[in-house]
Amino acid sequence: MPFDHDTVVGFSKSFGLFYLVTLSVIALAWTYWPSNKKGFDEAARLPVREEEDRPWR
Amino acid sequence: MIADLTRAERQWAMMILGALGIVGLAMAVAGRNDLLGIHGWIVLAAGLGGFIAFMRGKDAPEPSDDRLNEYYDAPTRLGIILTLLWGVVGMGAGLWVASLLAWPELTFDAAWASFGRLRPVHTSGVIFGFGGNALIATSFHVLQRTTRARLPDQISPWFVLLGYNLFCVIAASGYLMGLTQSKEYAEPEWYADIWLVVVWVVYFAIYMRTLARRKEPHIYVANWYYMAFILVVAILHIVNNLAVPVSFGSAKSYSLFSGVQDAMTQWWYGHNAVAFFLTAGFLGMMYYYLPKRAGRPIFSYRMSIISFWGITFMYMWAGSHHLHYTALPHWVQTLGMAFSVVLLVPSWASAGNALLTLNGAWHKVRDDAVLRFMALAAIFYGITTFEGSFMAIRAVNSLSHYTDWTIGHVHAGALGWVAMITFGSLYSIVPSMWKRPSLYSAKLVEVHFWLALSGTVVYVFAMWNSGVIQGLMWRTYTESGTLSYSFIDSLVAMHPYYIARAFGGLLFLLGALVALYNVVMTIRMPAPATEDAALDIPVQPALQAGE
Ligand code: HEM
Ligand code: HEM
Repeated sequence: MPFDHDTVVGFSKSFGLFYLVTLSVIALAWTYWPSNKKGFDEAARLPVREEEDRPWR
Repeated sequence: MIADLTRAERQWAMMILGALGIVGLAMAVAGRNDLLGIHGWIVLAAGLGGFIAFMRGKDAPEPSDDRLNEYYDAPTRLGIILTLLWGVVGMGAGLWVASLLAWPELTFDAAWASFGRLRPVHTSGVIFGFGGNALIATSFHVLQRTTRARLPDQISPWFVLLGYNLFCVIAASGYLMGLTQSKEYAEPEWYADIWLVVVWVVYFAIYMRTLARRKEPHIYVANWYYMAFILVVAILHIVNNLAVPVSFGSAKSYSLFSGVQDAMTQWWYGHNAVAFFLTAGFLGMMYYYLPKRAGRPIFSYRMSIISFWGITFMYMWAGSHHLHYTALPHWVQTLGMAFSVVLLVPSWASAGNALLTLNGAWHKVRDDAVLRFMALAAIFYGITTFEGSFMAIRAVNSLSHYTDWTIGHVHAGALGWVAMITFGSLYSIVPSMWKRPSLYSAKLVEVHFWLALSGTVVYVFAMWNSGVIQGLMWRTYTESGTLSYSFIDSLVAMHPYYIARAFGGLLFLLGALVALYNVVMTIRMPAPATEDAALDIPVQPALQAGE
């Protein structure tokens, strides 16, 4: 396979597509995975939680 | 600061500063016949000055273990002050550059005051000096609060903050002397670039080490944005700056890339500098400080995650929209254009998420200028990204490219989004950082808000008008097929807008000065009698506007 312009274009147009579609599917699945919801809800409340402004030890 | 450090940390600091001084001396000697030598002396002075300070302070008693019961905020405090100082310097340079475009004789025949040298002082001063310090200062603050873990040690945060500012000083002083590798936003030469890599690796390590010690199971989304900022900027910076110096005694270097590859690498860098420096990092700020100030959790946490991955995947491919109608292959331009248009989705998801968070808290936005800064930032973020996606369309770009429209877009983002979210966030943490019950003056925040908003509006509208007129004049033909206007005609048409822009910039700069004054006066206010009274953030009632 020669490393010329057409090869690079072909690679970008095929692999690039699958790469991005796969990543999107993974990201979406993870975000909407039902069992992840609880963790997200807790995380969302992190900035507004009333607690002492101190680190744990 | 020195008294904060343990004995062992002080020794480390002295070794680092000593090594820095030696490197500076080597640069000064090797570059004695070159401008590199001057930078050597600056580095030597920084290393030596720090070393002497430690010699005098090294015998202070060991800090008590009580310090581990508190977050380590001293670097954040200095970072806030440096942000405001760089803001004034960078925006002052911006005002000067703006005035130069209206009244070119303001260079006073001095080489260092020419447009080509002052312009990068402005761009680096505001992006790296103002924006970068704000990101470092707030990232340390957010990281500790959202992990409930103290920073891993007391020396690496200082190394990052002070090392980074040394880089900024080297960069700005280099431009004034005429040192540049002619890559926009990556002007500093090879030795400064290497130094920044070292600083940046330590910065990333702080993040990883603190996260590793976190008490919270989930990594709050703001941290993801900050980490993307740090990691991607490292990658961009290293690749775009690959270069071979003429010699170790010379500041000059030659890029590894040439021709269209060089252009593509540069704008892959340039656009992602916008994406990860001016956007991702500040989104991290927004996702923490806006909910906190509004007292409401982010509207949709899931949406914030999707925006995150959307932005990180897609921005990477959008850089070629800076090179429409160039020697770049047509399909690469089209690729960049397509990704830029799709980018609107995750961008608006973030802007919408912020505004929907405020839904139900609009009375707070009305009463509290600090929150209003953040709300306005979200609106401008929405405007700028919409405009950007639009300008990335090749046909639109044929009108906007090379004109002031781009400058209008830049400053809608820079003033309206970056600077507003920064000022809002800084105001919201200054009282608790210095353990004061409130800011010195809520009225002055209000004054600043209106100065900033009117400055931005004047600036951006002047440039939109000027840009479109300029673009149209360049493409208007007479019946016989020749250009209707000469280039000088378009310059004459620009002149009033340049004056208006300088005025808008003046308003914005005055606002930044008000902020600096307000923060300094807050620090100088007497501390409350009992420390605990001021410990918990945020101090809501005292900050109500107009009281
Ligand atoms: C007092 C406020 C400001 C004034 C008066 C100002 C003025 C200017 C001027 C006159 C230029 C050159 C335009 C040209 O070459 O035609 C410029 C460029 C630029 N400024 Fe500002 N500026 C201000 C604030 C800011 C801030 C706060 C930021 C970033 C956070 C910023 C980022 C930039 C950037 C990135 C460019 C380069 C744009 C490009 O090359 O397309 N500016 N500014
Ligand atoms: C979806 C988001 C965005 C897209 C698609 C986008 C697109 C664009 C386009 C098409 C240009 C003009 C390129 C040219 O003709 O030379 C541009 C320039 C620029 N944009 Fe954006 N933009 C976006 C968001 C932002 C944001 C949020 C900022 C932040 C502050 C920003 C800062 C800049 C800067 C500094 C330039 C000037 C680069 C230069 O020529 O020096 N952009 N952008």
